[in-house]
Parts: sequence; structure tokens; C-alpha cells
Amino acid sequence: MNFDFSEEQVMLRDSVARFIQDDYSFDARRKIAASDTGMSAEHWQTFAELGWLSVPFAEEHGGFGGGPVDVMVMMEEFGKGMVLEPYFATVILFGGLLQRAGSTEQQATYIPRIVEGNCLGAFAFTERQSRYELADVKTTATPDGDGFVLNGEKVVVYNGANADTLIVAARTGGEQCDEDGISLFILDAGAAGIDRMSYALMDGQRAANLVFKDVRLPADALLGEKDKAYPVMSWVVLEACVALAAEGLGIMGQLNTKTLEYTKQREQFGVPIGSFQALQHRMVDTFMSYEQTKSLLYRAVCTLEKEDEDPARDIHALKVMLDRAGRHVHSEAIQLHGGMGLTDEMDIAHYAKRLMMINATFGDGDHHQAQFNALSFA
Amino acid sequence: MDTSFAPEDMAFRDEVRAFFADAYDDELRARLQHPTEYREAIIDWQRRLYDKGWIAPGWPKEYGGAEWTPTQNFIYETERAAAGVRDVIPFGLKMVGPVIYTFGNDEQKARFLPRILRSEDWWCQGYSEPGAGSDLAALKTRADLDGDAYVVNGAKIWTTYAQHSDWIFCLVRTSNEGKKQQGISFLLIDMASEGVKVNPITTIDNHHSLNEVEFNNVRVPVANLIGEQDKGWTYAKALLAHERTSIAGVADSRRALAELRRFAEQEVNAGKRKIDDPLFQKRLSDIEIELMALEYTDLRVLASVAAGGAPGAESSLLKIKGTEIQQAIQGLRMDLAGYYQGVLPTDLDPQALGHEFGSSARQAYMYGRAATIYGGSNEVQKNIIAKAVLGL
Ligand SMILES: Cc1cc2nc3c(=O)[nH]c(=O)nc-3n(C[C@H](O)[C@H](O)[C@H](O)COP(=O)(O)OP(=O)(O)OC[C@H]3O[C@@H](n4cnc5c(N)ncnc54)[C@H](O)[C@@H]3O)c2cc1C
Repeated sequence: MNFDFSEEQVMLRDSVARFIQDDYSFDARRKIAASDTGMSAEHWQTFAELGWLSVPFAEEHGGFGGGPVDVMVMMEEFGKGMVLEPYFATVILFGGLLQRAGSTEQQATYIPRIVEGNCLGAFAFTERQSRYELADVKTTATPDGDGFVLNGEKVVVYNGANADTLIVAARTGGEQCDEDGISLFILDAGAAGIDRMSYALMDGQRAANLVFKDVRLPADALLGEKDKAYPVMSWVVLEACVALAAEGLGIMGQLNTKTLEYTKQREQFGVPIGSFQALQHRMVDTFMSYEQTKSLLYRAVCTLEKEDEDPARDIHALKVMLDRAGRHVHSEAIQLHGGMGLTDEMDIAHYAKRLMMINATFGDGDHHQAQFNALSFA
Repeated sequence: MDTSFAPEDMAFRDEVRAFFADAYDDELRARLQHPTEYREAIIDWQRRLYDKGWIAPGWPKEYGGAEWTPTQNFIYETERAAAGVRDVIPFGLKMVGPVIYTFGNDEQKARFLPRILRSEDWWCQGYSEPGAGSDLAALKTRADLDGDAYVVNGAKIWTTYAQHSDWIFCLVRTSNEGKKQQGISFLLIDMASEGVKVNPITTIDNHHSLNEVEFNNVRVPVANLIGEQDKGWTYAKALLAHERTSIAGVADSRRALAELRRFAEQEVNAGKRKIDDPLFQKRLSDIEIELMALEYTDLRVLASVAAGGAPGAESSLLKIKGTEIQQAIQGLRMDLAGYYQGVLPTDLDPQALGHEFGSSARQAYMYGRAATIYGGSNEVQKNIIAKAVLGL
């Protein structure tokens, strides 16, 4: 039993850390966030060159063949740097679905493009009424010749503004919230009949609402088995929650470290505020929140690595912890910075915003607690 | 013990309702939301209150106040919040006004109070400095006497609405002798004076309400000194206790909770309304129970003040609990907004966006972090209670 990283994992972690250290200062990030696309195409190419875009993919498609631990070490570093480039949307979600559901041809077409940095993907699943319910799908794909016609709307699609390729969840059978009858389709984001409305989110990323009006899809746009996408989506979402938790942990660590530094250096009443026992205990509490989150993250990753165990319960627990601990840590970080914590100029609040967005992605703590309870008290 | 309303209180309540329905009209509401029009709109609204005689409920009648009873205050606040009517800008009416009528001389009262009542001057509060936040008495902005004027040098920070202000009331250092609280004076400074510079600070909700205010050899007539030189700390302390009672915000939190209920009836997960979700219900009722208690704590404090007591450490309790409740409501509102909680203001209307309150939830949550920091941070309030109430 050990919790050590392999040599390769340490190298991967260090390479991301070095990039952030050298090229992704908070000021540099701020400029990227303020740009039209909210991401840097140049950095994306660097990610490709350094092999990061290949990490979770199979070797036959030019991937690195990495597992959950590899993804975790990268995502944690991305969190520390609040990296804006759509790694999560393109590699983890879009790429994850391709890996799990794509046909050999689809994988051979798209994965090398992702790996080379030539594909920005998005997974369009949320609808205005669906909240966190993955099976709540009203968008329809109806048979048309050998293909389909897509109609409906997806909202707050991550990386929706920049994506060139989409995977869309649509209903091919069943009723609105049925798990059965959902299918995935892969299509060009510029296809005729797609109306894209982009906007910025508080963490800097660009999302979009996508309206599909009689979008014609060829038969080979279907990704995976018709009507049976729900289990695949759920699985990829569970894996994605773990990746997000790793990113969140990186952020929590930064918030704690920066707050600790600040309280050692900020003086009031003639002493560093970190010398007040009232604040010391608060920082001990945030430290423990961080450690507990890390433990549940490791627990979930170890379960995922085992492959023969159902990781759902561990992952729901992790997402609950991420909510409670994340809020705790970011609230305290802002509070202990006083007025400085309220400024846009400092990174503290930006970490807080990203943590909130992570929390909302695929369901907040209450949502996952209900699922945890359903598994525990069935 | 009795908290029922007398018939004249009921009549007052009806009058307040009718006034808001009439005077706080839709046109005004729209202008108050507008980024470039809100300053003028606020002034318009405050003039309507002035015409009605309600602009300064807490001021003594001899200075143009209404001298309401605690019950009337309670009714007014409840109705105001329920109608979604914004509170007045506090800096003139609730902060410097009371200092001027309590500690100022006759000339100052005649010069400043009517203009505050008529919203002719917009005021801001210049206390905090980069090195003096919780430890306010460590402030360094200097005022050196030179003939008939003080020469002011230094910088204030976190000054809310300095960019809109005609006047700033400042705590400045006039002496370095003795305890640091002893050499502080209370000075009124015209923002149009030569040497005053306002630098904007953007906050985490992407708004500009905060500023840094620099003073570079600013000459301030001695006539603008409140009370005695070096006694400013005493005046400021009296005001701080005042500021904290109004910070509890019970009525506004009640309205925010009601709004939350409405949103929870609209938000649906897997076909089930959030309002019917037991986890959501627990979180909502946890907050409401705290608020029910705070409402009565507030009334107890108000009643004791009306009976002649001074708002002391109790106001610290109101501030801590009031702001904790506000933040809990803001957090729950974020959760209700789901994926939409991160949306920044966009050109898309709510219909195209698909959501009503995501962006406002974000704004309230983010800016709401400030409430436990300003007006004396909650940690400082706990220190006050520990010392003044518990004798620790
Ligand atoms: C939105 C906003 C609006 C504001 N508007 C104004 C305004 O209009 N005019 C004005 O003058 N000021 C204003 N302020 C400033 C506000 O009053 C100060 O931010 C506040 O007093 C805290 O000071 P600080 O920011 O320097 O934090 P610090 O004093 O540095 O405090 C940092 C942290 O240490 C804690 N701490 C400090 N001392 C102790 C102690 N002894 N024991 C335990 N914990 C302690 C604090 O509680 C806080 O969590 C505003 C602030 C904000 C955020």
C-alpha cells in the first residue's frame, strides 16, 4: 500500500507546474481571460506539444494511455494555475465520451485531432429545465432517411463558444426524463441550423446556448448505441467529477497557502494577524478541510483504478465534500484577507469563483448527497 | 410583554404601503437598475422621501427628523423590504448626519444638515486606510494645522461611492502623543478640494463601488472640524454602534428568503420542484429559524434603546448574525441557480438565456462576502462581545 506517484506522474505534474510558473502568472491569465475567446490558442498548441492533450487516450490513437491518477495530477496543477484553456471540456468530457462510446472510425478520426491540438470539443447536455438531471433531455433526434434531424436547445455548454466539434445528447425514444432513449451525436459546431449564443462565465470560460433547428445528421454522427447513451454519459460524468475534484483540490491548496502567507505578513494592532488564536484555529479548520478532501479524492481515484469496483458511492461522497470544504475554504480565504479579498485585482476571489463553478458542474453537494443517500439507504 | 400593533400603528402601516405603491413606481425601479442613471434616480427617490417627511426617521425633530417609535421603525423597514424598496444611502443620513447634530456646532448644523436631508450633498466615509482596517486607530492620514486650515496628507481606501461624492468625512491624525486613539480628529472634506484624487477599485462582482482616495496637501478650513481636535475617536465610536444596528438587515433578509421560495418553486430537478426537496427544505428552514430569532433580538435591542439605553455590544450580535444569515441566503440562491450561477451580465435577455436570477445570484453572493468584513469585521465584533459582554 502506498500513495506515491510514479516517476512518470511526477514528471507530468512538474511539467504542468513549470508551465504555470513560467507562462501562466495571474496577470498573464487575466489577459487571456479578457481576450475575445477567453483562451490562448498558442498555449493549446503547447499543451499538445507537451503531450498533455494525449494523457487519457489509448496508445493506438496517439494517446499516452494514462489512468485516473495521471489525470488527477494534471488537473490539480491546472487548478493551481486556474488554467482557462478547455482541457476539461475537450479532453475529459468530449474525449471521455469518444473513448467510451465512439466507434473505431470515430476514435481514429477525432482522437488524433484532439491529441495534436486541432480539435476543440464540447459536450452539450444541459437544457434550460434539466438542472443536474442528465436524463432530462427534450432535444430530439428523429430518423430521417439513414440519418437524423436534430431539434432543441442546450444551455451553458462549457467551451460552447470556441468548440469546433460537439457531442450532443438527444432523445431518440422514451419520455423526457427516461434514462432509456437517449443517444449521443457528434457533429460540426458550424453545421447548418445551429444558432450559437456565447457568453462569459465568472470563472473566465466562454459558454454558449446552442439552438438546433432541423440540423441534418448523417447516420455516422451517432456516437455509441442508439437509445443507450445514458450509462455511458453517467460513467464519463463520474470520471469527470473526479477530475474536477482534483482541480478543486489544487485551488483549495492555493487558497490555504496564500491565506496563511497573508496572515503572517499582514499586521494589525502591531502584530501579524496570524498571531491571533481566533484566526489560527480557523486556518487549522481549513487545513483539515483540504486534507479530508484530498483523502476522498485519493479514495475515489484508487477505486477507479481498480476497475472492478463501482466507484459511484465514493465519487458522490467526494463531490459532497468538495462542496462543503470548497465553500469553507474560499469563504475563509476571502474573510481573512479583509478588504483585499474583495478586490478583482487579487487572485483569491478568482479561485473562489472557479470553485463555485466546479461545485455547480454535474451537481452540487446536496445533489450528490441525495444520490449518496439513495445508494446507502436503498 | 406585548408586540401587537396599536390601531395607530396599523394606520401607519397602511400609509407606508400606499406611499411605496405610489412613489416607488416602475419607472423609478428601472432607472435604479441602470448603470449610469442610478445615482440621479437614488437622489430622486430620496427627495420623494424628503417631501413626505420620512427621509430621516431617526433624527430628532428639531433637525428635520421624524422621531419614529421603534414600532414605527419596525413597520417601515418591514414594508420597505417587502416592497423591494431600496434603503437610503447611509453615509449622509445615517452616519455623518447624526455625528453633526450630536457633536457639531450650530454653524455646521445649519450648513450641512438641510443639504443632507434634501440629498444635495452625496457623502462618503473615509476611515479605513491600507494600514488601518480592523485596527482603525492606527490611521496615519495627517492633518497639520496651518493658520486657519488643516493640511491633509495621506490615503484612504475602500471608500464606497467616493466617485459620486461631494463630501467625505474623515478620521485624521492630528497628534502622535499618548494613546493612538487620542490624536484622531473628525474632519469634513470637500471632495472638490485641490489635491483630492479618487482611484477606482473593481470588486469581485465586477462592479465599481470602492475607491482609494488620496490627499495631497489638501487644505481644509478649520471650520470643518467636528467638535474638538484630537477627540474624533469618541465621535466615531458613537457612530459605529449606530451603523451596526442597521446592519442586521432583518427585513431585507426576509424578503430575500421569500424570493428564494419563489425561485425554488420554479427550479425543477428530474421533474421535482426544489421547494419539495427535503434537503432544500432543511437548508431553507435552518435559515428562517435563525432569522425568526434575530427579528426578536433586533426588537429587544430597539426597545431597550427606545427606553433610553445606548446601543452597545448588542449591536455586534445583530451585525454578526445578520450578516451570517445574509450570506447563507446568498449561498442557497447560488445553489438554486445551478449551472446559471456563473453567468456574467450578457446582452442576451433572460428569455434567450433561459434563466432569470443566475447573474444576480452571482453578484449578490460575491459582493455579499463583504458584509462580514465591513462595518467592523465579524471577528472584531466577537472580540467586542467577549470583552464587553462576557468580561473576558
Ligand atoms: C465592500 C466594502 C466596503 C467598504 N466601505 C468602506 C467605506 O465606505 N469607508 C471606509 O472607511 N471603509 C470601508 N470599508 C473598509 C472596512 O471597514 C475594512 O475592510 C474593515 O475594517 C477590515 O479591515 P481590513 O480590510 O484592513 O482587514 P484587516 O483588518 O487586515 O483584517 C483581515 C482579517 O483579520 C481579522 N482580524 C483583524 N484583527 C483581528 C483580531 N484582533 N482578532 C481576530 N481577527 C482579526 C479580520 O476580521 C479579517 O478577517 C469597506 C470594506 C468593504 C469590503
